[in-house]
Amino acid sequence: MIWPIDLAILTLVVIVGIGALMVKDLLGAAILFGAYSFMMCLLWTVMGAVDVAFTEASVGAGVSTVFFVGAVFRTSRRTKD
Amino acid sequence: MSDLISIIVANYNYWIYITLMMIGLYAMIAKNNLVKKIVGMNIFQTAIILFYVSIGVKKGATIPILQHGHGHGAHTVVHAVDYVNPLPHVLMLTAIVVGVATLGVALALAIRVYDRYNTLEEDELLAQIREK
Repeated sequence: MIWPIDLAILTLVVIVGIGALMVKDLLGAAILFGAYSFMMCLLWTVMGAVDVAFTEASVGAGVSTVFFVGAVFRTSRRTKD
Repeated sequence: MSDLISIIVANYNYWIYITLMMIGLYAMIAKNNLVKKIVGMNIFQTAIILFYVSIGVKKGATIPILQHGHGHGAHTVVHAVDYVNPLPHVLMLTAIVVGVATLGVALALAIRVYDRYNTLEEDELLAQIREK
């Protein structure tokens, strides 16, 4: 594990996670959640868990984002918080 | 005192995992929109996965694929210290797949709620349920 990369990605994960919850648009939240999953995938790679990393990249960043975008298009983009 | 500080600094992965877990818990409890609650639930799940993968990390170890596993050097001694512990990874693979299944069910329920009440906001939903 290379700790400067690990620390940088950990801060990015927290920032993107908070951003996904703060943004006032559900489509934006879905896309930022995809970015969050991809940052997590990079984190697993840095920590040496390559099998978890490519499962997260395909299932977490790929399928989850598609589910979110599909659900947002079926419902509404409006949110109050 | 310096021992305590070095322990706290050395385990920063665990601090970030607790931070992410609390962010997810806050979103599940305090957010008003159903989709935001589901995002919070997923952040909570990935925080737990981060904890488990952090357990398996060793200093100076490489990824858990055997070096010289084939060919002429196939009979050399394998030291477990040289490889990251793969057991938490295998457990967390299942957790990721289960997490996506949970996400699908939760979003399907949210779509059903929207079809019936025409809103995703929790306070508007409660107001409509009370009117009936």
